[in-house]
Amino acid sequence: MSAVTSPARQATSGVRARTFNRIVIYGLLSLFAIFYLMPLFVMLVTSFKTMDEIQNGNMLALPHAPTFAPWIKAWSEVCSGLTCVGMKGYFWNSIKMVVPAVLISTLLGALNGYVLTKWRFRGHTLVFAMMLFACFIPFQSVLLPMATILGSLGRFGVTLQNATGFNFGLGNSTVNLVFVHVVYGLGFTTLFFRNYYEAFPTELVKAAQVDGASFFQIFRRIMLPNSLPIIVVTVIYQFTNIWNDFLFASAYAGSGDVMPMTVALNNVVNTSTGVVEYNVNMAAAMIAALPTLIVYVVAGRYFVRGLMAGAVKG
Amino acid sequence: MSTVAETQIKLTPEHDARPGASVRSQLQDLLPKIVLAPSFAATIVFVYGFILWTIYLSFTNSKTFPSYDITSARAYQRLWRWTFESDPPSSWYTSITNMGIFGFLYILICLALGLFLAILLDQKIRGEGVLRPIYLYPMALSFIVTGVAWKWFLDPGLGLEQTLHQWGWTSFHFDWIKNKDFVIYTVVIAGVWQASGFIMAMFLAGLRGIDGEIMKAAQIDGASTFQLYRRIVIPLLRPVFLSAFIVLAHLAIKSYDLVVALTSGGPGGSAWLPSNFMYEFTFKRNEMAVGSASAVIMLMTITAIIVPYLYSELREKSR
Repeated sequence: MSAVTSPARQATSGVRARTFNRIVIYGLLSLFAIFYLMPLFVMLVTSFKTMDEIQNGNMLALPHAPTFAPWIKAWSEVCSGLTCVGMKGYFWNSIKMVVPAVLISTLLGALNGYVLTKWRFRGHTLVFAMMLFACFIPFQSVLLPMATILGSLGRFGVTLQNATGFNFGLGNSTVNLVFVHVVYGLGFTTLFFRNYYEAFPTELVKAAQVDGASFFQIFRRIMLPNSLPIIVVTVIYQFTNIWNDFLFASAYAGSGDVMPMTVALNNVVNTSTGVVEYNVNMAAAMIAALPTLIVYVVAGRYFVRGLMAGAVKG
Repeated sequence: MSTVAETQIKLTPEHDARPGASVRSQLQDLLPKIVLAPSFAATIVFVYGFILWTIYLSFTNSKTFPSYDITSARAYQRLWRWTFESDPPSSWYTSITNMGIFGFLYILICLALGLFLAILLDQKIRGEGVLRPIYLYPMALSFIVTGVAWKWFLDPGLGLEQTLHQWGWTSFHFDWIKNKDFVIYTVVIAGVWQASGFIMAMFLAGLRGIDGEIMKAAQIDGASTFQLYRRIVIPLLRPVFLSAFIVLAHLAIKSYDLVVALTSGGPGGSAWLPSNFMYEFTFKRNEMAVGSASAVIMLMTITAIIVPYLYSELREKSR
């Protein structure tokens, strides 16, 4: 600024520059918001259109006469390969797989994190490192042996069935997938809880010990009630990952009526008998996306807050 | 570092005199390990044991079914030969070239975009609570859903191209998804769309963790906003860059579903990544040994990135 410029004018130009900056910032943020929302928007409006409107209309236009027919068809009639029973069965397959897998892996992760921070033993870092590394392996490197093991367990299940009339869940794809997801999710759940409990005051645990509290009492009465933020993060993370998994699902439950949602959706979209019904495909995709979307909308705030509280260490 | 277990031993020496109490307290001492044991055992068997098993298979001549006679490193020899077979490209050549293109662009763009959005959002924005979930929600979707949505959006006959034609821009041409030389870039677009919001959240958490005093001091010293970020904030975010890089690198190498859902492998398998190569060769082309060998190579790549990172992280923390 030159000396001639009065302080008042300096202030106005400052304000103007600030306003300009704000406009640019908000403009950019909105532009990116559009980029992120576009595919979801297109998917949503397409799922409410008739085929006629899709072929002749604009992709971005709102449906003229919104119809629920594609959703109903996707839920109860759509064809996945040659079977035309809709997505509903596969949806429940996924629910039956996700709920136990999330609960078990979260509980085990909490216990592991508790042991690895408050009951340390020699070599605890090595144990943790080995479990942590398991998070990062490409699952292709364990895919085949697991298929072999699950196959022989299934045959053993048949033998048991013949001998005792009950197969103890061996050979059941849902049980298999729960098992696989618990095993390969442990690294992440342990990581989350370990980092969280690391910051938890050890003095409290010691005090409780002096008062005679046992290992599990301390866990139940002291650790768990203070773990809500990290439980939310872990449950959301595991739920999303397991619901969305495709590799394990397609390798171990890739056909028939045992498929989880993701595999069924991929089959529906790639079924090429007759006219491709894009509206039904989009409705099916929305059905597959809704559970995780709802979780994010309802609890996403806590997820981000939990992340910021140190679940992902910067 | 003093631990609870040690303290407990010091606290209860008098109990050791009585035999019953001693057994009980020994059990109490063992209990944490007993609780941890199943998880650790599962990791040893189902992660490390299975990796060894896969390595073993890669040295056999397994085709449709596993065979357990170690024959030779033929699978690796074939992969090695295919690595240089660029004209016409072998599936392996295509896969690893795609991995290079995809990995590089995906990580770079996600980091840049994530940081950029985080900095913008950190300017005391009204409506941050609305914008953040909008950027983050794609992470909630499965790659299959993302693939289906973008497949539609990028289809020349249905999506963006068609829409712009209707709006009067008839010369607009965008058929990357059907073009074997460009299909991998559509995977980059969809991948970035999905993961960049999450990276933004990581950077935002990092930005919020920076001491406000440092920023104020720099501003008083007359640093411009640009200088402030370049000289002070971004260097302070170094650990976040590293974490984000690790997250992205392992997502990139694991990417499999997105290629399947978005491109069905692309024209003539031109969108394959090594993960698709592994799946196809193992389960569809009955070349189990080759599939295993490619899985081992993927694992080696990840290991080379992750192990130094974990080592430095854990060593730093236990110090």
